[in-house]
Amino acid sequence: MADVSLAAVTKRFGDTVAVDDLSLDIADGAFMTLLGPTGAGKTTALRLVAGLEKPDGGRIVIGRRDVTSLPPAARDVAFVFQQYSLYPHLSVFDNLAFPLRAPARRLPENEIKARVSEVAALLRIDSKLGNRATKLSGGEMQRVAIGRALVRRPAIYLMDEPLSSLDAKLRADLRLELKRIQAELGATLLYVTHDQVEAMTMATTIGVIDAGRIVQIGSPREIYERPASLYVAARLGQPSINIVPRHLLPDIPAPSGAETIGARAETLRVQRNSGEGARGRVTWIEHLGDQNHLHIELDRHELVALVNPDADFAVGDQVGVGFVNPLFFDRNGVRLVR
Amino acid sequence: MSATTAHSIVEASPRAKTVAGAIVILYALITILPLLWICATAFKSQSDAISYPPKLLFTPTLEGFVDLFTVQTRQPPDFIAKLPPAKSWYEKLARERGMVIAGPSPVVGRFVNSLIVGFGSTILATLLGTLAAYGFSRFRVPLADDLLFFILSTRMMPPIAVAVPIYLMYRWLNLYDTQIGLILLYSAVNVSLAVWLLKGFIDEIPREYEEAALVDGYTRLQAFRKVVLPQAATGIAATAIFCLIFSWNEYAFALLLTSANAQTMPPFIPFIIGEGGQNWPAVAAATTLFLTPIVFVTILLRKHLLRGITFGAVRR
Repeated sequence: MADVSLAAVTKRFGDTVAVDDLSLDIADGAFMTLLGPTGAGKTTALRLVAGLEKPDGGRIVIGRRDVTSLPPAARDVAFVFQQYSLYPHLSVFDNLAFPLRAPARRLPENEIKARVSEVAALLRIDSKLGNRATKLSGGEMQRVAIGRALVRRPAIYLMDEPLSSLDAKLRADLRLELKRIQAELGATLLYVTHDQVEAMTMATTIGVIDAGRIVQIGSPREIYERPASLYVAARLGQPSINIVPRHLLPDIPAPSGAETIGARAETLRVQRNSGEGARGRVTWIEHLGDQNHLHIELDRHELVALVNPDADFAVGDQVGVGFVNPLFFDRNGVRLVR
Repeated sequence: MSATTAHSIVEASPRAKTVAGAIVILYALITILPLLWICATAFKSQSDAISYPPKLLFTPTLEGFVDLFTVQTRQPPDFIAKLPPAKSWYEKLARERGMVIAGPSPVVGRFVNSLIVGFGSTILATLLGTLAAYGFSRFRVPLADDLLFFILSTRMMPPIAVAVPIYLMYRWLNLYDTQIGLILLYSAVNVSLAVWLLKGFIDEIPREYEEAALVDGYTRLQAFRKVVLPQAATGIAATAIFCLIFSWNEYAFALLLTSANAQTMPPFIPFIIGEGGQNWPAVAAATTLFLTPIVFVTILLRKHLLRGITFGAVRR
């Protein structure tokens, strides 16, 4: 394991800039997640680290070794792809052994066997080793794909949305498992996803990426509670953050230059027949079992508030909405600190 | 799916399947009939072969094969009577018809030529085609589309249009009547087919497989061998069959560019007819022999063929 850093890396495809002056430091043992929408340049960034793409500018350093111009095989990285990660013509065992049988490595066969069994046990696929790779379920396939990376001890594991093709239940299981394994091995990991839940639950550090640039880097908690911009605030949180123009809420003390107020659903305090806060009307209630989402119309703006399912609101109720520690953004969407 | 409904869109009804099956069987019978006819004729005597109405039941004989593999001369019965007794079954068979075997015919040499030229050019064309198709599929080749079109355009005119220039060229290069000459020519024709077919197959193999291998410590060439080749096997098999069928059956250039040394079976077979009357059993025996390898290879590769032809050639 080693530190990995990207310094001002740029990659263009024709006229489009996929990765724009990207700088990133990944500490040894960190679980770094790049979070961003499709087309933000996350995957390209990952492929640049792997050496599958050549940067147009900047340097990539893995463990104090400049690897910018080295081929993938010489970089000591492991890559888990989103799909097509298993060789259909090989058995599960041979798939797992494939990286260890590489001419660059050439481990003795008994050591390969030991390592494969160890990883198979870790991922609970030991009973499937004799199967053909194509005869597995989706979850098993993705476990094997992760296993193919884990049999090695590379400087860094690179993962490109490895869980995105799985169903919700399996994704949740593997999320926990992946985090457990990473902690157990003390592995350095660069993980790319558009799924905020994956980023929040697994990462030690999240880098939010937009249009090839890093917008904010921080711990999941920092990113969630103190987003640098409206863009970052909107990427995290389910339901997503409520955004209200400042002039609708004149009573809230705000720093000067604040144009927009952001308030997460769980920070809204809704009370029926209360004189406090902004006046609104309940338009819709979503029952989720453990909680209710209250849709409130506030001067033609819709807010979503999280309320206790016991609180019996009804559609049409007039309510008062209180804002606890709201976030303030200026005209350009940059957050203002009070 | 085990559950089928009578009017399912995806699953054909049992009746439709029966009809489809019947049509396929009928078509197979129609196409296979001439081949069976030839095989049967190969084992007939000369008189059975030309009897009318045709004989469906006959006493099989190897006369046709003996005639094919030997050169014979007709001799008067008293001359044959004076000869020492026949040493082998085929000599006996010939003498019963008033013939004496003078020596082996050139058929074995022709057949070996066909094998060398057919399989040699198939291997060469498939090998070059696979490498070229991989290059076109995976790398940014300058003017790739134009090059691919150029490769295809070599198939656009009838090959015989270039017969005379090629003949002159071959004379000058000392390739006339050589096996290597035919191998090169057939490979050149087949390689365009191979590139186009195989590019389709290789395009279908996701790049991620090779990229995974590259990251795992393999070089490009090793990744090609370990990852791409096994997955392209189906396409390569299908392509090889097409190439083999072409070079195996090719007649015009073989007739033009070969004579005593490198002649293959196609120009040789009609030549049998001319030797002392129309010896249909011998011709049929030659044809049967000629068909055997290709039938054998096709049966050997049929699993790949079925998947290959429907999977790679028809683009999704």
